[in-house]
Amino acid sequence: MNDGAGILEAARSMDGPLVIGGREFTSRLIVGTGKYADNEIMVDAIRASGAEMVTVAVRRVDLDRTKSEGILHHLDPGEFFLLANTAGCYAAEDAIRYARLARAAGFNEWIKLEVIGDETTLLPDVHATLEAAKVLCDEGFKVMAYTNDDLVTALRLEDVGCAAVMPLASPIGSGLGVVNPYFIREIKRRLEVPVIVDAGVGTASDACVTMEQGVDGVLMNTALAAADDPVRMAHAMRHAILAGRLAYLAGRMPSREIAVPSSPVEGMLD
Amino acid sequence: MTGATTIQVRINGKDRDVDEGHTIRTLIESLELHPSLVVVELNREILSRDAYGEIPVQEGDVIELVHFVGGG
Repeated sequence: MNDGAGILEAARSMDGPLVIGGREFTSRLIVGTGKYADNEIMVDAIRASGAEMVTVAVRRVDLDRTKSEGILHHLDPGEFFLLANTAGCYAAEDAIRYARLARAAGFNEWIKLEVIGDETTLLPDVHATLEAAKVLCDEGFKVMAYTNDDLVTALRLEDVGCAAVMPLASPIGSGLGVVNPYFIREIKRRLEVPVIVDAGVGTASDACVTMEQGVDGVLMNTALAAADDPVRMAHAMRHAILAGRLAYLAGRMPSREIAVPSSPVEGMLD
Repeated sequence: MTGATTIQVRINGKDRDVDEGHTIRTLIESLELHPSLVVVELNREILSRDAYGEIPVQEGDVIELVHFVGGG
């Protein structure tokens, strides 16, 4: 069991599946499909990451091109579970419109709800997010809501029926890692629905630290797409997510600011 | 005089002259798109795919043709 696949299998046997809205996923990593330089590399990276759920955006077809360049020309919806997003929306009514369009594509009724409130930081408009979440949950959507690392908003999103709540680690595309581990832990402690950390993870150690907070999963895009070698980074992330998850489940040793010898202090020679 | 009469519609934010007599389905096909890969919003109403072949394209229609693209 020392080959890569064996290690992954052994690690997985020590953890249960990720369950969102009644559906089981073996991978705790969800990946985006944006910003890749090349579609073939994107597909290779997604496969290497082991992710089953992948996010896609809803946009106008570019009619000036002779051939449609939709993502489904490259990504097989039979191989991956598509999670459409409402990225780019700045108002609840726009996000609702995009979600309805996404559902009409006919794959599923899941939506990654994202309502942005500030162009510079891309931080969410939590009031608009809550408003849209309520409408979409009432319409039968399985809503996975991108939000701030704010406990009260997370609780409200759960109250209106979201299938998962997705606080950010740090701003979208920043790669700054988890800036507020305490609030991420607090959100996880208080919510019953899965908590997926969405946005801000930059490299494998960030993913690992995020999972060590006890959250149910991580959603990332730029960390893979903007790596020099996205496929290699995807492998690293797959291992980092598992490592962080197992470290959390294993329960870490207490940290202390004094040294404690690991070898016996008795039995030393005179 | 020969040639089909055209009507003006707005597709994805741009005015276009299209032949009269199109249904949503034939319009999509004339744009070299696959009906199963696009979602159509006609005058702010999302259309069911089954209805594409029955809905006529009319003068002044505002049509949005969307699909999935890469995103995070």
